[in-house]
Amino acid sequence: MMEQETTSQINKDVSEPKETLVEVTGLSKKFCKDLKTSLWYGVQDLVAGYSGNKEKRELRPKEFWAVKDISFTLKRGECLGLIGHNGAGKSTLLKILNGLINPDEGKVVMRGRVSALIELGAGFNPILSGRENIYNNGAILGFTRKEIDSKVEEIIDFAEIREFIDMPVQNYSSGMKVRLGFAVAAQMEPDVLIIDEVLAVGDLGFVLKCFKKIDTILPNTAIVFVSHSMPMVSRICNQIILLEKGVAKFQGQNVSSGIDLYYNKFSTNENSQIVFSDNSIELKKAWVDGVIPTNKIYHIPWGNTINLKFKIQNKNLSNIPFISLAIYDKEQRGIAEVLPENQDLNIIENQDEITFTFQLKNIYLSKGIYNITFTASEDFGYNVYYKIHKAISIQMEHDKQIWTPFLMDSKLIDIRYY
Amino acid sequence: MMQTRIYQKETNRNIPKLLKESLRDLNKSRFLAFQLAKRDITAQYRQSYLGILWAFAPPLATAFVWMFLNSSGTVKITDTGVPYPVYVFAGALLWSIITASITSPIQSTNSGKGIMSKINFPKEALIMSGILKLLFNTSIKVILLFIFIFSYGVGLSWGLLLFPFAMLGAILVGNTIGLLLTPIGMLYTDVSKIISFSMQFLMYITPVVYSIPETGVMRTLMQYNPLTPIVVVGRNLALGLPLEYTTYFLIIFGASIPLFLLALVFYRISIPIFVERLSA
Repeated sequence: MMEQETTSQINKDVSEPKETLVEVTGLSKKFCKDLKTSLWYGVQDLVAGYSGNKEKRELRPKEFWAVKDISFTLKRGECLGLIGHNGAGKSTLLKILNGLINPDEGKVVMRGRVSALIELGAGFNPILSGRENIYNNGAILGFTRKEIDSKVEEIIDFAEIREFIDMPVQNYSSGMKVRLGFAVAAQMEPDVLIIDEVLAVGDLGFVLKCFKKIDTILPNTAIVFVSHSMPMVSRICNQIILLEKGVAKFQGQNVSSGIDLYYNKFSTNENSQIVFSDNSIELKKAWVDGVIPTNKIYHIPWGNTINLKFKIQNKNLSNIPFISLAIYDKEQRGIAEVLPENQDLNIIENQDEITFTFQLKNIYLSKGIYNITFTASEDFGYNVYYKIHKAISIQMEHDKQIWTPFLMDSKLIDIRYY
Repeated sequence: MMQTRIYQKETNRNIPKLLKESLRDLNKSRFLAFQLAKRDITAQYRQSYLGILWAFAPPLATAFVWMFLNSSGTVKITDTGVPYPVYVFAGALLWSIITASITSPIQSTNSGKGIMSKINFPKEALIMSGILKLLFNTSIKVILLFIFIFSYGVGLSWGLLLFPFAMLGAILVGNTIGLLLTPIGMLYTDVSKIISFSMQFLMYITPVVYSIPETGVMRTLMQYNPLTPIVVVGRNLALGLPLEYTTYFLIIFGASIPLFLLALVFYRISIPIFVERLSA
């Protein structure tokens, strides 16, 4: 505690000992499932609130814990990622941290200037111009008139909408509104910054700009970051809380483990899906040679070489089709393409069933589950006959948990001291 | 010193401390309040062709209706001491200020609902911006009152200098009532409905369009009605009539000040509760 009290001015020097800015202990919040009941509880809470409601809060009928027993601390320069399904309690937690609603149990201590990027462009009036709305939004975010006066040009430039700044905001595209909102919010110099999903909107240029801004303020700020985008979370967070039904299912510095757990919460047992077929062939069976699947997933140690087998039924093709494979990760991002060599596409001589065996050498995919899409076509990239997602699912095994799709095979081969 | 905020269940309900915080926030948010008021007023007039005329419309309409009822002999109004059109317009004007003042806190808070659930800002600014909007609208109406006073040859009186004081009284009393009702009014829309509904009836037991009768049950009702002194004192000051109900006015005005501050404290306590109930 002494350390915090000696921080008498907001010191922006990075080399200073990092003080704790956010302290959350045993935080809980309950919500009501039914509006009529909720409003009536609201009236009761109003009455109880005036006299200081000190009683232990029990669940009343139709209530549930939206956030239950969450604790963490955050120092300057640290970033906490809050992840979880929709309705896991992330936004509720943010609202409590931001002081918008009061907790039912526990305590939050926030030190320094707190800013929240929860809704960009709050207080915009659609009829007024962009310039006028900079003042409205700025005032709500706590700027003085002088501060806005001195920053207005910078804001317009940052938002890159000088040409339209005197046009009513209702004629702006949604991206332009978000840009303007962020440009105003970016002028804040917070000690604690709360970010909720706002970076998900906007085009790539905007997202990159946001990250650049966040990177510059991160060393001087404690950030609480809510997102469904795991690449974003792993990029800026150094600790993570995975919320499920208001409870922390995972909490710690190992961001990758948390992300992996989050992914595992989603069902992976979906069946394969034919996305295109002209009925000339059909995939009968697909498997990894010599590996026994558990739960339809083939477990493969990192770096191994495997043979993939595909058995197709020919219906009316006269030539062997060209086979290509694509590998997708759990977020359905395509991460690798497989174009096997040695495919001769000969004339088929009255065979009904054909089995292909493809060798994939030294798979350096990082730990996690991947799906393989199978495509048969007349030739590479030309006249597709048949395409099926999740023909094979594999799980790479490695002791290192990382979030990028590849873990390269590398080692130190030389080190010198001068 | 770095500002420390603590959020927990067992919040200290120390009224003087809460009031101090509330007033501090009120002072801190002057620019925000001004900006919000400016935003709403500009937007309102930018999207309107008749613009400022709408500020005059309600009291003018009431005044014209009663001028017609009186001149056509439909209703017999006792002598009011000044030309009836001026009398009725002054009354309708004060009444419209009171009505607007009562509805203002709920309206302002409701319009800020979207921001309140997203951003932590001093909510007192919403109340303040409501008051600023009231002052703006009221001053426009007063200009029209001057036109009435001159064109009916009532003439200026020293009392006119005290008229702003009476107007402030109307705004303060109205806002106090409105602010006390806001916490519950934010949870249930019934409250706003009840207010607008009952104001229609209350007007007839307040000397707005006619003066207090000499005898009868209506006299008793009007004498106890706390809105009576506001209308009577305000109008008598504006039209240079002998003052009545001054003591009652001062009592109501004096009582409103602590009540308003108390309402501010309640408001401050209730905000997290209705933010949670309405937007969570």
